[in-house]
Amino acid sequence: MLEYARWKYILVAAVLLLATLFALPNVFGEDPALQVARKDHNPVTTEASQAVETFLRQRGIRFDRSYIDSGRLMVRFANVADQLAARDAVNDQLKDTYITALSFAPRTPAALRALGLRPMPLGLDLRGGLYLLYQVDVNAAVSQALEGYAQDARRALAAANIPVKDVITVALGSERANAVRVVLPPEADVNAARNALTQPLAGLSVSNESLASGSALTGVMTPAQIRERQDYAIQQNITTLRNRVNELGVSEPIVQRQGIDRINVQLPGVQNSAEVKDILGRVATLEFRLEDMQNNAFEAMQSGRAPLGSKLYTHTRFGRPVLLKREVIATGDQLTNATTGQSQEGPAVNIKLDARAGENMLKTTRQNLNKRMAVVLIEKRRESSEVNGRNVTRDVTDEEVINDATIRGVFSNNFQITGLAAGEARELALLLRSGSLATVIYPIEERAVGPSLGRDNIDKGVTALIVGMAGVFLFMAIYYRTFGLVADLVLLANVVLLTALLSMMRASLSLPGIAGIILTVGMAVDANVLIYERIREEIRKGVSPQAAIRAGFEKAFSAIADSNITTLIAGVVLWVFGTGPIRGFAIVLTLGIATSMFTSLMGSRALLTLMYGGRRKIARLSI
Amino acid sequence: MEFFSHQTSYPFMATRKVWYTLSAVLMIVSLASFFTRGVNLTIDFTGGVSAEVRFPHAINVDEVRTRLAAAGFREPQVQNFGSSRDIAIRLPPDPKQTATETRARLEAVLTGIDAAAQVAQLDVVGPQVGSELRVSAMWALFFTLVLIFLYIAFRFHTWRLSLGAILAVIHDPILVLGFFSITQMPFDLAVVAAILAVIGYSLNDTVVVFDRIRERFETNRRSPPDVVLDQSINQTLSRTIMTKVVTSIVVVALLFLGGAVLKGFSAALLIGIIAGTYSSIYISSAIALDFGLTAEHVFPTVKKAAFDHLP
Repeated sequence: MLEYARWKYILVAAVLLLATLFALPNVFGEDPALQVARKDHNPVTTEASQAVETFLRQRGIRFDRSYIDSGRLMVRFANVADQLAARDAVNDQLKDTYITALSFAPRTPAALRALGLRPMPLGLDLRGGLYLLYQVDVNAAVSQALEGYAQDARRALAAANIPVKDVITVALGSERANAVRVVLPPEADVNAARNALTQPLAGLSVSNESLASGSALTGVMTPAQIRERQDYAIQQNITTLRNRVNELGVSEPIVQRQGIDRINVQLPGVQNSAEVKDILGRVATLEFRLEDMQNNAFEAMQSGRAPLGSKLYTHTRFGRPVLLKREVIATGDQLTNATTGQSQEGPAVNIKLDARAGENMLKTTRQNLNKRMAVVLIEKRRESSEVNGRNVTRDVTDEEVINDATIRGVFSNNFQITGLAAGEARELALLLRSGSLATVIYPIEERAVGPSLGRDNIDKGVTALIVGMAGVFLFMAIYYRTFGLVADLVLLANVVLLTALLSMMRASLSLPGIAGIILTVGMAVDANVLIYERIREEIRKGVSPQAAIRAGFEKAFSAIADSNITTLIAGVVLWVFGTGPIRGFAIVLTLGIATSMFTSLMGSRALLTLMYGGRRKIARLSI
Repeated sequence: MEFFSHQTSYPFMATRKVWYTLSAVLMIVSLASFFTRGVNLTIDFTGGVSAEVRFPHAINVDEVRTRLAAAGFREPQVQNFGSSRDIAIRLPPDPKQTATETRARLEAVLTGIDAAAQVAQLDVVGPQVGSELRVSAMWALFFTLVLIFLYIAFRFHTWRLSLGAILAVIHDPILVLGFFSITQMPFDLAVVAAILAVIGYSLNDTVVVFDRIRERFETNRRSPPDVVLDQSINQTLSRTIMTKVVTSIVVVALLFLGGAVLKGFSAALLIGIIAGTYSSIYISSAIALDFGLTAEHVFPTVKKAAFDHLP
């Protein structure tokens, strides 16, 4: 007799029902869409959206409908050609007010959307877009931290009136700088210095050293602190990149860490926009410093030495060198907002500082009325050059004094910077607003896929999937007759289940992912073949049909399990080692094995028992 | 319908010297080609620039090449693909340029040739990314083989079967590499993924045969091993062929309909599946036999004796 436990029927039915629900959103497909956002980041109003619609109609560009989604206008199109035409038209004519991004809007019915069900997101190779892999210079983050300690130490010692010979960063037992050394003059009181340094060097392990020239105090960063600092730099860079990507109005961007010191950025719908990359990778920040008015900058330039406590800047907007005090009043990191504005002297950036920096600014401006304060724009970049036939890359820091003005009144956290060109003011405001990158990043991999190629890839993938599946279905039905049809149903259930899992995981589907699904169909057949061949063997031995079915499932189990586990091993290794599309393939391969085990062992058993089970008399099987 | 209407009884073990020779010849040819000609690694592994550009009209490939060289690009490779309007460009890595700079320069040259040129795809891969990928692909291959060896040894209680499986499994990717080396088809990251999948699939067959060997040994301990192995392979033959035919249907669909991106991937799968089917029928069990596999190894009687002493 052939029987199957009731709870197993219920389990199979429940899983398939749920899977159908989760897989359903993928059936409706997606419309090409254009996302239109305002350049000044204000939400798009209804009037504005009507204006854009009228504009598109005048240009003879057909679109399905448009709606406002979280402050951005989404316009849906029937095809990619219209979408591209619309983008070009908007970029041509409305460039000053709007920024556009190509996007896809799922056609999922509202009822399913309300349940939170969404289709699988498409990878960049299928929808077009820009992929960037950035290398983060994590060592620069450490030296920056050391510079920060050094500056704090200098300030604290000056406040405590302790003479200092020099404060430098040194490498102790490591290839790179990992410590701050405060060199004291011979007559200095080491203990007093040590006390004064307790706060600025908090967290570092500080020790006394005696050098030939006198004594010194050295604070060392532990490897854990260095790692923490590097992690912080990556996290900070990721946050900044996210902010910048959002500022640029890209829809559904992905910014994620990859490995130890890399960040990958995926920008769907973005085409070779030079602006995007320029803005993403820029390290720009500001420093506000007081001018050193006691000393002469020209003399310092000639002697090549800046007076103690000051720094010479030769690169300035106004063509003469200036000496600025070493103490920084505020930096770009302490900004809470930056917007573009106008002043009598032309374009300006309106700056808003956080409370602490605002207080410092208030104190400084009050004490230094009618003195001069300068704004320094600091940009970092990587430069490669050939030295003795070898390529050498080095990080270059450009420091430019963009503005130097007399403090006419007392101000705290709200003020303007002038001295910039119009485009420059806009870009600087954006860069400041999105936060500065903690350290230099530079692109080491860049892949761009055009929107039409993406569409082409989807079409090809789907065609191959349909033809491949149809071939398998036909072949199984011919080879195993009724049992073949059962296998076909089971294969279909497998694809539904796999699609449901992938949609739930929100793993983005790439072309290799589609290949993985097709391959899973091919391989999922295997379990059925193993079972059916066993059933045939049993029948050849003269076993009754029902007993043959039972024996087929039981005897094939160990072969199915063992053979699937070997493929699973390959899939998991790929999952661990692969990145991007290859990982997508590995995920599909691995999940596909699990779903095909479930559907062919439990699903087909349930179906066959329904058909042939119980007390029925079966003369022969159609296999 | 059935491929084999009755139980086959091909003498696989008796003829194994023939198949060893065939495999040895194929592997030597593959390896010789691999070490002399190498494979045509794509920028995934070498770093560099790869671009697909569509022009509004037919374009002269030589002109593009000359323009690129004039703009300071070293060794530009330019060829038509698809139609006379579409060209593919490949440039070696340039460590002096960032991805962004290279891209800007390339676009400048292309729009200089024709302002309406459309860049359908542009990949710039830094040399360090490429060399890292080479290393991680090697590791992936290595770990897969080690894990599979351990798994088979654990499941079938004997290193003889493990060794047979691993040798058969090394055999298959070597033939795939040979194919890519002889045809010089582009060898990209997806091909590596395909090779790993092939390893999984090829093993799949081998394991099904081994599973049957285990079962046969259990029921006829007295039959000589070569007879048991022949029976096991013959009894699973129908399934082996059937599964591979069906998988090949989908892989052929991918090969011809999946587009250029999946060409190398599906070709590697197809060659791998053919090689894997061959090796699991002709090679893996034969090797275990030559290393002295007997029923004793799969089902040690020692254990049974130990149980006899129990009260």
